[in-house]
Amino acid sequence: MKSLYAKIAVLALLAVFPLFVGSDYYRHLVIIALMWVVIGASWNLLAGYTGQVSFGHAIFFGVGAYTAGLCTTQLGISAWWGMLLGGPAAMLVGILIGFICFRLRGAYFALATIAIAEILRLIAIVWRDFTEGMQGILIIQTFRSKVPYYYLALGIAVICMLLIYKIIKSKWGFYFIAIREDQDAAEALGISTFRYKSLSLMVSSFFTGLAGAFYMNYMGFIDPEVVFSLHFISIMAILVSIIGGAGTMWGPSVGAFIMVMLQELFRSSFFGYAPSWVSHAHAMAFGVLVILVIRFMANGVVGDWSKITNLWSKGKPAALVTNGN
Amino acid sequence: MEMFIQTLVAGILIGGVYALIGIGMTLIMGVMRIINLAHGQLMMVAMYITFVLYQFLNIDPYFALLVAPPALFLIGAAIQRYLLNPLIKIESIIPENQVLMTVGIGIVLTETIRFMFSSDYKSVKTSYSTATFNIGAISWNVPMVVAFILAVVLTASLFFFLLKTDVGKSVRATAQNKDAAMIMGINAEWITQLTYGLGAAMAAAGGTLLLPIYYLFPDVGGPFTLKAFIITILGGLGSAVGAIMGGLVLGVAESLGATYISMALKDAIGMVIFLLVLVFLPGGLKQLTKV
Repeated sequence: MKSLYAKIAVLALLAVFPLFVGSDYYRHLVIIALMWVVIGASWNLLAGYTGQVSFGHAIFFGVGAYTAGLCTTQLGISAWWGMLLGGPAAMLVGILIGFICFRLRGAYFALATIAIAEILRLIAIVWRDFTEGMQGILIIQTFRSKVPYYYLALGIAVICMLLIYKIIKSKWGFYFIAIREDQDAAEALGISTFRYKSLSLMVSSFFTGLAGAFYMNYMGFIDPEVVFSLHFISIMAILVSIIGGAGTMWGPSVGAFIMVMLQELFRSSFFGYAPSWVSHAHAMAFGVLVILVIRFMANGVVGDWSKITNLWSKGKPAALVTNGN
Repeated sequence: MEMFIQTLVAGILIGGVYALIGIGMTLIMGVMRIINLAHGQLMMVAMYITFVLYQFLNIDPYFALLVAPPALFLIGAAIQRYLLNPLIKIESIIPENQVLMTVGIGIVLTETIRFMFSSDYKSVKTSYSTATFNIGAISWNVPMVVAFILAVVLTASLFFFLLKTDVGKSVRATAQNKDAAMIMGINAEWITQLTYGLGAAMAAAGGTLLLPIYYLFPDVGGPFTLKAFIITILGGLGSAVGAIMGGLVLGVAESLGATYISMALKDAIGMVIFLLVLVFLPGGLKQLTKV
């Protein structure tokens, strides 16, 4: 019950945030963090719960973003239609990938996702007549204020989290975890692993595509190097989940805020307090973070919470008992 | 017809070097059961070592073959020992955390090099970089031919090492069944370090051989990581013979694609082959030879 109140309090805080904070800069950061909540939660459903690690969530993000962008450039309709079409388009791609890869075991899925993200990036660069190539797609944003985007992002995040929560608590969720723990055992118990892996991928790709479509509408500009980026979308999605805690319900949300904050700290050289070369090192910081997190905090802030609190209560007998490592 | 043969020749020559790089990854795949996504980046580091040797000490890239691969062997073994190996003991929900670690290592390597050398394109312009000779109507690029021959020699010596020496046999035994190998008294941990080092050294050799004809910049690693894993999948996970065929197939396909389809889509051709293999021949070329 206590945790439910905590969640409602956090949600309420987020809901009133733009009323008290007038700065567009901070609003922007929270909007981006909310977008990453959606992507992180989607990745986590597929990898953290179903055990199918994707190294290419940029596929779905990019497809969603390009669907929205192409609505304007090719069909001449508002990019907001992308919010309706982006999710399904990404899901369609997800189904195709699942159909190819999920019949196989092992690293195939992880590798295929990298390869497909690369193919799509190259296609988006080369097929200039259709995608505008490296020039990218530029649209006029509908609202000048950040507030509508803020509530839209919050709404998508809440819906996404609620739905994923429902899925995890339902029969599907248990099937997913069974597949993650032991595919053969799950198959032996009569779970169609192919079907449930595909279902997990469908939900995951849908929401990532939706986030992509939102990104197009919000930022007003996309290009292939941004939305199909291995480092800054695919790996970021993994980091968001892992730093928060893969395989935990709320881990990715925590991770999203931590990652966006860290990224911004480096990008702005710690708001100008650090020497300016720090801002060039943000990719480096990213890599170092990957190494440190995997090495020392493999289950993330939420998953390793007891380990973290133990650091503070070191030496006390009670802590030593629970500290298994 | 002449253009076709010329394209084929260029493809086979580059394919030999690809095979060398691919075998490195296959070796790591076979023993450690992970895809080394820092492979191209390790190769890139070797290329910069060669570049520095050439630029500041005026050492010919081919002599750098005696420096860069051993250096990368040490770096690789250290990475395996201090970064990848400890992960085995960590309980985590994500099974692929070693692979993810290699991604992190790849980013750090790329960014470190960018810090030291900036993002500018560099190249090693030797007197023989553009030298060619003709056989019939087909022209052969000298550094490419040399690279191919040296790649074949290196591959052959690797095979000799794997098939004929005790340590090589231990590597193969560990790849086949780690537990059984350990029962037989093989120090699997040491073998794993050796393997990762060897894999890195093979990539380093490939990079050094490519340098006289290639441009060099910090992000050159990424595409080569992808090429190496395409070769690994194409050849069948963990099969060295498959990797050789995979390297040649990729080289020829890229070369044909660049000539007959589009230069810009050259890199996509490898990916498409990868997907086709995934759909129609999931066991890779290894599968064909077994039947």
